[in-house]
Amino acid sequence: MALFLLKRLAGMVATLFATALAVFGSIYLAPGDPAVFLMKGRPATPETLAAIRAQYHLNDPFAVQFGKWLGGVLTGDFGRSVQFRQDVGGLIAARLPTTLWLVAYAALLILVAGLAVGAVAALRRGVADRIVLVGTGVATATPAFVAAIGLITVFSVKLHWFPAFGNGTGFGGRITHLTLPAVALALTFAGLLARVTRSSMLEALAREHVEVARSRGVPGATVVRRHVLRNSLGPISTVTGTVVAGLLVSTSIVETAFGLSGVGQLLVSSVTVKDFPVVQAVSLLVVFAFVLANLLVDLVQPLIDPRVKGAAR
Amino acid sequence: MRESALLEIEGLTVRLASGAARPVLDGVSLRVAEGETVGLVGESGSGKSVTGRSVLGLMPDGAEVTGSVRVAGRDVLALPPARLREVRRREVAMVFQDPRASINPVRRIGDFVTEGLRAGGTPMRAALKAAEELLESVGIEQPRRALRRFPHEFSGGMLQRVMIAGALAGGPRLLLADEPTTALDVTTQAEVISILTRLQAERGTGMLFVTHDLDLAAAVCDRIYVMYAGRIVEEQTTDGLFAHPRHPYTAGLLAATPRLESDEPPRGVPGRPVSLAEDPEGCAFAARCRFAAPGCAAERPPLRPVDGVSVACLRAEELVHD
Repeated sequence: MALFLLKRLAGMVATLFATALAVFGSIYLAPGDPAVFLMKGRPATPETLAAIRAQYHLNDPFAVQFGKWLGGVLTGDFGRSVQFRQDVGGLIAARLPTTLWLVAYAALLILVAGLAVGAVAALRRGVADRIVLVGTGVATATPAFVAAIGLITVFSVKLHWFPAFGNGTGFGGRITHLTLPAVALALTFAGLLARVTRSSMLEALAREHVEVARSRGVPGATVVRRHVLRNSLGPISTVTGTVVAGLLVSTSIVETAFGLSGVGQLLVSSVTVKDFPVVQAVSLLVVFAFVLANLLVDLVQPLIDPRVKGAAR
Repeated sequence: MRESALLEIEGLTVRLASGAARPVLDGVSLRVAEGETVGLVGESGSGKSVTGRSVLGLMPDGAEVTGSVRVAGRDVLALPPARLREVRRREVAMVFQDPRASINPVRRIGDFVTEGLRAGGTPMRAALKAAEELLESVGIEQPRRALRRFPHEFSGGMLQRVMIAGALAGGPRLLLADEPTTALDVTTQAEVISILTRLQAERGTGMLFVTHDLDLAAAVCDRIYVMYAGRIVEEQTTDGLFAHPRHPYTAGLLAATPRLESDEPPRGVPGRPVSLAEDPEGCAFAARCRFAAPGCAAERPPLRPVDGVSVACLRAEELVHD
């Protein structure tokens, strides 16, 4: 178990280093000169541009720049935002709670709706299954921004049930302000999880041990819980891990649509103005979330299926 | 014997939903007395497994079923679900063919053995205690530790012992064994059979032993039913069946078994079994029968008593095979 964890952690570090390199390097492949941007359209003499380049270490060789940046990241210093003239770390920290609330809320919706809808489709074949297939098809195909517009139109403008804008304060305020964004965010992935749950449960249902359990006088609900749902958890947990990590990316759309000041919105505004330090930091955060989610899923797999090697005791 | 029948199947006919030409089971009747071991032998597709499963009330999805399956006097096909579950927990239990597929791979051995007991309301502690004793009685070493282990840590033979323990957990009066050793290799087959028959004798449990292997059935059973194309074609005591098979199909099966003591090579039954898509008008075996007379293809022979045995053959009186 300890060795398994150690190996996984080493893999995690390697992944993070590689992505840090890619994230940092991709900025240099993108068109546009940050120094020019910093002048904000004002005419600049070559001398001022050179001065700016020197100030932001833009003239150093790539390896040196990367080294400096990485060293900063490791000590929690992500550099200064060109746009806000503030520490990137502080900018993200201020916006992270809203984003994490949104992601957690959406993840909860995805899990509850996805599992319930998928289970209903798998267990009640026929009409229910047909409806779920069409419904999840539509849900999966609806982009978050379309869902956002639709939800705002119906529930904010027409019905006045939920606010259309802003973060909200306090627990209740957050929940009311984040409900529509969370639904918009969850829709696609809940559809996806419902489909995965459905097919995974159908596969588990066809297993012989399910009928064997029934033949031994175990009540139907117990059979579903212990032999069908339990055995279909593998694919469900894998997809859930990836989806929840991916939510961090999708928040950029939803936060922009609902005017939430979160990390996603910060990313969007930073990309448009080429605020490289912020883009780099947020990208790294997203990758970190993916790596973490994968690690959790890998740690959970042996508990779900004892035949998976790893944490076996 | 007639009064004390533990299992009594009468005129069981099962038609599949998906429009097969002939029923999977066509008027099957059989009985197992208290403590008796009865074989049900036939080729794959003969309907023997469907018959075995019907005793637990397990029918193919959407099948059209007529006839009755009485266990200790109660028709399992007509029982409400709660009563059917009770019969499954206490009266009848099945040893399935493939233990690897029949035992949930992600749950512990103890979970499997105690599942039926706990569904019946036995407290966990008592159920585990019973399971430990059962595992010991089927020859699992360190039964207490085995309860905590997972199926993939056991060999096929050991897992089939676990299955037997699980089947015996509810103290059933009738055991169904559906090809219980087919998935095992030969040496473990013998062990599993001896455990099964020993425990069955100790507990006075009746058994319906479903197999395609006539010799295995002979080694285990008091009486044997032979099935062909969804019907019982012959029924006799094991000794009688081997000495004087009355149905040409039974004779064919016996001749098809390789024997050490005989110099003759085994002769297979020519032709192939009747598929569900075909519904021959007369005797289903007529097309493969060496003794088929013109009348055989026209008229369906009923199962009738001939010289103290039951056989479904028009020419049963004239033909005695050996």
